[in-house]
Amino acid sequence: MMNDVKQSITGNQVSSWRGPWTLLKKELLRFWRVSFQTVAAPVITALLYLLIFSHVLDKHVQVYDGVAYTEFLIPGLIMMSVLQNAFANSSSSLIQSKVMGNIVFVLLTPLTHLQFFLAFLIAAIIRGLVVGLCIYLVAMWFVDLTVASPWMLVAFGLLGSALLGTFGIIAGIWADRFDQMAAFQNFIIMPLSFLSGVFYSIHSLPPFWQKVSHLNPFFYMIDGFRYGFFGKGDVSPVLSLLIVAASFLVLALITLKMLKSGYKLRS
Amino acid sequence: MNHPAIQIRGVHKHFGALHALRGVDLTIEQGEFFALLGPNGAGKSTLINILAGLIAPSAGDISVMGFDVQQRYQQARQLLGVVPQELVFDPFFNVREMLRFQAGYFGLGRENDPWVDEVLEGLGLADKANTNMRKLSGGMKRRALIAQALAHKPPVIVLDEPTAGVDVELRQMLWEFIKKLNRDGHTIILTTHYLEEAETLCSRVGMMKQGEIVALDSTANLLNKFAGKHLRLTLGDVQLPPEVQSMVRHVERGVYTFALTNMIQIEYVLSSLRAGGIKVIDMQLNEADLEDVFLSLVGNTAAEHKLASQL
Repeated sequence: MMNDVKQSITGNQVSSWRGPWTLLKKELLRFWRVSFQTVAAPVITALLYLLIFSHVLDKHVQVYDGVAYTEFLIPGLIMMSVLQNAFANSSSSLIQSKVMGNIVFVLLTPLTHLQFFLAFLIAAIIRGLVVGLCIYLVAMWFVDLTVASPWMLVAFGLLGSALLGTFGIIAGIWADRFDQMAAFQNFIIMPLSFLSGVFYSIHSLPPFWQKVSHLNPFFYMIDGFRYGFFGKGDVSPVLSLLIVAASFLVLALITLKMLKSGYKLRS
Repeated sequence: MNHPAIQIRGVHKHFGALHALRGVDLTIEQGEFFALLGPNGAGKSTLINILAGLIAPSAGDISVMGFDVQQRYQQARQLLGVVPQELVFDPFFNVREMLRFQAGYFGLGRENDPWVDEVLEGLGLADKANTNMRKLSGGMKRRALIAQALAHKPPVIVLDEPTAGVDVELRQMLWEFIKKLNRDGHTIILTTHYLEEAETLCSRVGMMKQGEIVALDSTANLLNKFAGKHLRLTLGDVQLPPEVQSMVRHVERGVYTFALTNMIQIEYVLSSLRAGGIKVIDMQLNEADLEDVFLSLVGNTAAEHKLASQL
């Protein structure tokens, strides 16, 4: 009788990649099942910004020579949505699982902290990029955007969404209640993304606020992403890329340390 | 080498000033059906949470089939299926999806589907397999929770209060399925407030009180060691003779329960009552049960536990 159990344990081909892949698949399905809220809604919001700001400012503002304000605005709006949605994906999934208590299903498994991190991270990147791509496709109806440096788009798209997806994991682990998560959204993510130069070039700001903007990591992600379209930006794209990559690395290490120690997940 | 299913050595757990576990040592062999009993707050769930890797011990170690739950947690968790006490669920998915995900976390794919079907069938969930978790009744959610713990066919299964607030039908169905798993060689560790379940199902019992194991023996030995028989006499509102008062275990609405250590005491009680002019309206002789053992070991703190078992 006992042999039956042993055989079933050893008989099943246990795959080391299937665990994290399953968690990733579950995270992707989770947002896809409610795609009206997780994809359609942010696309509509971004397009409303685009319609209103371009209607009001297109004839009055020109940030770069030869680039209409609407064209200038679109890359910033795409990147802002990518970042906000990458953050929203990992943070909301974790806080919901914690509040509902179903995070225990994952905590009881042999998944390592690195596998846990990668599954949530990749799901956040994909959600961010899906929303960004949808906005881009819809925006193409309004403006014919050319791409100067596709690799810069890819690099900033991936690194930016990875950075915010990681930040979302930290917020999701740290927050115990939905109002704490809302504070993260309203007092950190929203101000940093609105004050990052989505709607303006920081060169139009007074010198003091230009310096303050340089402390905002969102600025480098927006500026670098915009460079991918126009081949010009407020700062060097290489500098932006290094800052974004370094920020991601720091946050990823913090997240892995939190997960390894079981901070707020395994008391 | 045949390792024990569970080996717990010198486990302590502090929550601030609270010393929740005070040096627990316990070995559960493979293939056992083991009951872990104790009143609320005795430390059962804390011990299970340490075993499951949900909390870390302050001292000591636990291994599952030879794998330390902290140092070699991947192997230990692969061998362990834990049914959480709280009725939690993921509202985004249906029952079958959840079971597939759960098996997938443990590295199992579609080749595990026949087992998933067996679990669904065994727990009466087959016709709810494609129903969203949100739409299940409380009892069905409890079944799904148990099914999730079994999805990867773990050789060691921990059921933490699996039948709390559950109807008789599920209890019977669940126990039939779990008994089958035990017959197939799975080790079962059960915590329950329903002591009659533990007595019927489990071959060995550990009783906890205030973070310590206070009794650990086979169910039969515990019953023999601590319990004799119960004489239930319906006497009405009477004043008992002093010589038999110390034998009274329980009084309720004129029904007196006397704890006997041997059969000769029956005549002693009856003759004392006759001498005192007390008439016996009705008489029953019962075997003592695990609840009596529990009460004698755990004492007053078990009042709440006993009440829960009667609800």
